[in-house]
Amino acid sequence: MELLLVILIGLLYAAGMYLLLRRSMVKLLIGLSMLGNGANILIFLLGRITKGKPPVIDEGAKIFADIYADPVPQALILTAIVISFGLQAFAIVLLKRVYVLIDSDDLDDLNTPEDEDI
Amino acid sequence: MKSIILKTASTYLLPILLLFSIFILLRGHYYPGGGFVGGLIAAIAFVLHGFTYGVDGTLKLMPFHPGALIPIGLGLAAMSMFLPVFFGKPVMSSLWLPMPIPVIGMIGTTLFFDIGVYLVVIGVVLTILFSISQYSENG
Amino acid sequence: MLIAVLAGLIGAILYIPLGKYLRGRLSVLASALPLGLFIYFCSFIPEVSAGDSFRTHYPWVSSLGVNFDFYLDGLSLLFSLLITGVGTLIFLYASAYMKGNPYTDRFFAYLSLFMAAMLGVALSDNILLLFIFWELTSISSFFLIGFDNDNADSRKNSLKALAITGGGGFFLMAGLILMGHVSGSYSIQEMISSNETLKAHALYGLILILIFAGAFTKSAQFPFHFWLPGAMKAPTPVSAYLHSATMVKAGVYLLARMNPVLGGTDQWTIPLVIVGGFTMLYAAFHSIFRTDMKAILAYSTISALGILVFLIGIGTKESLLAASVFILVHALYKAALFLITGVVDHETGTRDLAKLSGLRKVLFPVAAAGLLAALSSAGLPFTFGFIGKDLIYEATLHTKGLLPLIYTTLAVLTNILLLYAGFLAGIKPFAGTLPAQFEKVHLPHWLMWTPPVLLAVMGVALGSFPALADAALLNPAAQAIANTPIESPLKIWHGFNIVLLLSGITLATGSLLYFFKKPSPAGLNWIEGFNRISPESIMRQLVRYFGRLSDWYTDVLHNGFLRSYLLRIMVFSILLLGYRILKGDSVYISLDKISSISFYEIAVGIILTGALYLTVTSPSRLTVVVGSGVIGYCICLIFMFYSAPDLAMTQFTIDTLTVVLFVLVLFRLPPFLSFANTAVKIRDGAVAIAFGALIALVALQVLNEPKDGSISKFYGDNAYVLAKGKNVVNVILVDFRGFDTMFEIVVLSIAALGVFSLIKLRLKSSEKE
Repeated sequence: MELLLVILIGLLYAAGMYLLLRRSMVKLLIGLSMLGNGANILIFLLGRITKGKPPVIDEGAKIFADIYADPVPQALILTAIVISFGLQAFAIVLLKRVYVLIDSDDLDDLNTPEDEDI
Repeated sequence: MKSIILKTASTYLLPILLLFSIFILLRGHYYPGGGFVGGLIAAIAFVLHGFTYGVDGTLKLMPFHPGALIPIGLGLAAMSMFLPVFFGKPVMSSLWLPMPIPVIGMIGTTLFFDIGVYLVVIGVVLTILFSISQYSENG
Repeated sequence: MLIAVLAGLIGAILYIPLGKYLRGRLSVLASALPLGLFIYFCSFIPEVSAGDSFRTHYPWVSSLGVNFDFYLDGLSLLFSLLITGVGTLIFLYASAYMKGNPYTDRFFAYLSLFMAAMLGVALSDNILLLFIFWELTSISSFFLIGFDNDNADSRKNSLKALAITGGGGFFLMAGLILMGHVSGSYSIQEMISSNETLKAHALYGLILILIFAGAFTKSAQFPFHFWLPGAMKAPTPVSAYLHSATMVKAGVYLLARMNPVLGGTDQWTIPLVIVGGFTMLYAAFHSIFRTDMKAILAYSTISALGILVFLIGIGTKESLLAASVFILVHALYKAALFLITGVVDHETGTRDLAKLSGLRKVLFPVAAAGLLAALSSAGLPFTFGFIGKDLIYEATLHTKGLLPLIYTTLAVLTNILLLYAGFLAGIKPFAGTLPAQFEKVHLPHWLMWTPPVLLAVMGVALGSFPALADAALLNPAAQAIANTPIESPLKIWHGFNIVLLLSGITLATGSLLYFFKKPSPAGLNWIEGFNRISPESIMRQLVRYFGRLSDWYTDVLHNGFLRSYLLRIMVFSILLLGYRILKGDSVYISLDKISSISFYEIAVGIILTGALYLTVTSPSRLTVVVGSGVIGYCICLIFMFYSAPDLAMTQFTIDTLTVVLFVLVLFRLPPFLSFANTAVKIRDGAVAIAFGALIALVALQVLNEPKDGSISKFYGDNAYVLAKGKNVVNVILVDFRGFDTMFEIVVLSIAALGVFSLIKLRLKSSEKE
């Protein structure tokens, strides 16, 4: 199963990067969120995956008796998910404002390049 | 979205979801859940209500703008952070009431910290979404 | 001694609040500082001439070897007296010269800063401290040259001076650090005792190159000389102080100071003699074609510095004595000539020698000072210059083999040309008939003409009674340079010998030259024809090419397109990691540790892949939003499969809210425009896929490493025991790592505030419209 996750991470990164390379600001944003998702799963995977053993201590016990999923990456990812919402909200409003100002979501309209598009 | 089913449903869903969110918040220390998830669920409840009645309709339900929850939540979290200092303990060390309370379990400063997180999350999400949708509605 | 050095710095700071009171007549008071220091340093003369030296030690950053270690011996004392003595006169002169300038306070602050820095250079025993003060002189000189900062030329020239001297400073720093490294001490006096180790060390040659680079740039030696004529854009008192009497001699001082440590070898002597010898003749030759008085003086200063480097390079007792005498001789007459130039410029408004003549009738005391200074520079008997020149000839004659012939010829030629230059600056403006346009010229404020007169008279006084300065000052200085006792009292009369003959030749030829060659624009044009191949224009070309290179580089790498940056970063990391993999760090994938797979996991994988494909390729915004929502829910499922209920819940709610967010904002925007052609898409796709594959490979690789679970174990073991919680993730968030969560909610609040204000801002500006 790790192999499947690895493939999915690769796909998410590739898709995120591809979207970041587009000229459209909306695609840029979506790409950013995909990269974030990819990174989350990567962290999750690197904490090793465990099936059916959430990091919750059993009723009546004081410490884990059995193996359990690593709680540290989970705590990290939880904050990352919530923060990414804040980031996306801010970026999307920025995008909206830019759109209203320049009437385009082409990133290239934001700069005044001196030479040709590459 | 003027669907009568949605309208009726969201009227009842709002209090139920809010209750559920508080449940999630309080059980967070022992079972999956906690301030973040609870806050998000509560926010979804309001957003759903907003879809049917419009943002202005939802805002009318509230005694104050959801943005006010942000400073309240931050203040609560900060207070529970610094409260131990007055008991001669380092910042952030948790204090607990000696006796457990039915349903909730142990009560301590971390619970108030979690409630602070809950309030901040509601405030943040609603501020963002309501501002944007008001802006979209007004053109 | 620390206070003496710091006094100037404190003074400079005091000008900020007090400066406005010093703008008028009171600016004379500024000279109290150098005067006080001058008197203070004079009090050391008796002990130093008796052969004593003073050391003080104030710890600063002892662990790095940087301390306020000051050392006062004959050489330091000579420089300190020059700095403060000439400084006093300059301060007095400037208080009249700069009258009416709105920034006098700034001017005096820079000047005090410079004085302190220069004293620091002359007194530091710690080489790192010396370097700090050395750089301070460069910086204060930069401010002073560019003092007239409305003038583009002045700005350009100050930048040039800073670039050259500051660039040399880097070399110097490297050299000094190497020296400290090799000898194990940063104190010059301690290095003297271990100088044999230094000279025998493999790095000796490199150290010399670096130290020379520092000294030559500072003392304007060929080919770094060109900043000095440019520095003449500074107000004349500054030129007199920094660019003739003191700062440019810092390089000479450094060489003199290092002579006991590094000197005495062929690697030391040969470069110094060649560079110094060439510079002195080259600059003297250049000086005679100029028509601007300051330009003449600038070139003759370069030439004099060349003489000093040359003399230190020869390194015999006589030459070192000659060097220390010539330092004083040159400071006296050159400062006087500069000040005279300043008076002439101030009163007539021009420094062009083709126009100036006959000014003795209106500026008599200045003319007298000019005459005396010119005679001293020419080396007539009974002037101090005579003694200096004699010593130079003696030093060049008393070398071995064929060298006396070459050295002496060089010295004589240089002196002839310098004599001519001195006459041009000191006599030419005052001789002849007075043109009608200058008849109204009158003497300036007495503070402006007494300093040059004083300096010129001192030149004659010391020339007539050399014993005044000999034992007290010059001999100890020469001894400090040579690091051995020197017994040769200065004499006015050496009898009829070859030195006298050479002096005669110099005088006669120079005077003839003066009578037959008049300064003319034609000569100036002729010499400026060579500008094309001068080091200055070569340097300028280099700078221009460098600028073009940077332009090109910026265009290529910093073109303002986000995606081109990204593309480069990706391609670079792909290449870097790909190289490692190809190099033989083979990817080791062990399938042992991989857990079994179930069909619903595969199903989630397939759905996610499909949603990704849709998101990437769809032209419709709504499809894209829906696609990204599906991706989020799939990830939520993955979290659920692998024992992360908290994550699953959070991902689910956040994903819902994100979709709402996107829909709210995006559904009014038009569909995507297709900007890129297929080729670009394929290129980007290939790079993105390669990057994704790379990440996947890295992830696989990491999976093979054993995992350190100690942190997780700590949290798992202590969640209930210490924090009374059973959901470990939540316990980490609100208890163990509560600080992080606190900051996280602060960040969230800031994001909300940002969104809120962005939207309100927009509403306001539309209201205004």
